[in-house]
Amino acid sequence: MSASAYLHCFLGVSGREWRRFVQQRTRFFSALVRPLLWLVVFAAGFRAVLGISIMAPYGTYIVYEVYITPGLCCMILLFNGMQGSLSMVYDREMGSMKVLLMSPLSRPFLLMSKVLAISLVSLVQVYAFLAIAWWYGIRPPLFGLVTALPALLLVAVMLSTLGLVLANAIRQLENFAGVMNFVIFPLFFLSSALYPLWKMQEAGPWLYWLCSYNPFTHGVELVRFALYERLAIPPLLWCLGLTALFGLIAVLTFDLQRGAGARSPAPVHTV
Amino acid sequence: MNILVKGDIGPMLEIENVSHRYGANKALERVSLRLARGGFHALLGPNGAGKSTLIALITGLLRSQNGEIRVAGHSLSRRPRDVRRHLGVVFQQPTLDLDLSVRQNLLYHASLHGLGRRQARECCERELARQHLEPRANDKVRQLNGGHRRRLEIARALLHEPELLILDEASVGLDTASRQALNEHVRTLCRERGMSVLWTTHLLDEIEPQDPVVVLCAGRVIADSQAQALCTHTGTHTLHEAFGLLTTKPSDTVTEGQS
Repeated sequence: MSASAYLHCFLGVSGREWRRFVQQRTRFFSALVRPLLWLVVFAAGFRAVLGISIMAPYGTYIVYEVYITPGLCCMILLFNGMQGSLSMVYDREMGSMKVLLMSPLSRPFLLMSKVLAISLVSLVQVYAFLAIAWWYGIRPPLFGLVTALPALLLVAVMLSTLGLVLANAIRQLENFAGVMNFVIFPLFFLSSALYPLWKMQEAGPWLYWLCSYNPFTHGVELVRFALYERLAIPPLLWCLGLTALFGLIAVLTFDLQRGAGARSPAPVHTV
Repeated sequence: MNILVKGDIGPMLEIENVSHRYGANKALERVSLRLARGGFHALLGPNGAGKSTLIALITGLLRSQNGEIRVAGHSLSRRPRDVRRHLGVVFQQPTLDLDLSVRQNLLYHASLHGLGRRQARECCERELARQHLEPRANDKVRQLNGGHRRRLEIARALLHEPELLILDEASVGLDTASRQALNEHVRTLCRERGMSVLWTTHLLDEIEPQDPVVVLCAGRVIADSQAQALCTHTGTHTLHEAFGLLTTKPSDTVTEGQS
């Protein structure tokens, strides 16, 4: 198979993801409403309680809304990555995964195409959120919106591959509620998205330890610095390493029997 | 099914000693069969015989536990991607994207096979014309009836011009007229394009006397012969009677040589 065959395949997988995104407008609006509620309601209440001192990458005192904006961008990526995993479970249950798996192209490539396609769709939602946040008064440097793009893409891929690992692990559509409670919320709350890590250090060493090893923390920090035109090397290395690790696990754990929607184990009479 | 076409080309499908288990349940036990190139071949069996498991193994959707499968001479264990390139499959469960149009579904499939935009469009229009689906090309799949959806799945399976078309109980859920039309349509494809078709079913009225037939029962091949020869061997008048006799007393295996 030539390189162009792989490109056409990726464009096809990506196009399907875009069409699904356009058709499911409610998904787009709910993806926007969620961080906007945090920004407008939660942050407005918290700004009085939580003072943020001067810290990198900010050159001056900032209001709380400015602090949580990168975290909320990553929140969109997190929810979309997990929703991507939901769509994989859905594809598997509806049988359309079989169509993907009948492709003569390599299966790791097919899975990673799906991940990248989901990630690109997420980026549109992040920039829609940043546009509204800009109008609301959260104004990072204009060029920061450009430098944030690769950082956002890397974090989106990292979280989508994590979603893929989970999709390989969960058997049924209904289990997604469990993913919300046991994956999304802990990842989000035990990170630097809402509070700086030094605040967590004050709260307790265990909390600080959990937050500092949380992949989501590194994603948030990478985006935070990139949004202010700065490259944070340790978070970048963490994100690159974790993306490779999650990608590898996702490919290795991709269970053909469940991927095919086959019932296993099954009594012979239902085969 | 043991008849090979003369010449230097081997069988289209070869299955040797394939067994499969789901946990403690045995779904297939040392299944071996050969499918000659070209023509309509039937895989018969009551519900639960193991037909879908066998199809899932041939298509590589289930990982083979033992035995060997070759499609057009390519080993599934060594060259799975070559096997997939030669296979077109219509699955038992519908696998179309209901919210995409007929054409979009075909183009998506073309992209999964790495076809470029222009080639994909050409293949798409060719298959739409062959399946008489051109007037519905821009309709959402959701708007199609069951028969048209099946035709679309056949169009999709043929888009990359496979050598072997597998239809896994493709007529399930269709009314009698649609079932008959689909069956005739696939037979026409066999005649006109010289392609090999493996048609799995538990509905015997879809089989014609001259069809090569493999009968699977409780995970074992219990007959591999021409449909007419099965009747002769079992001393019955109809395929229904022969099938009934074989599947209730599956101790003897009927093969081509015995008929």
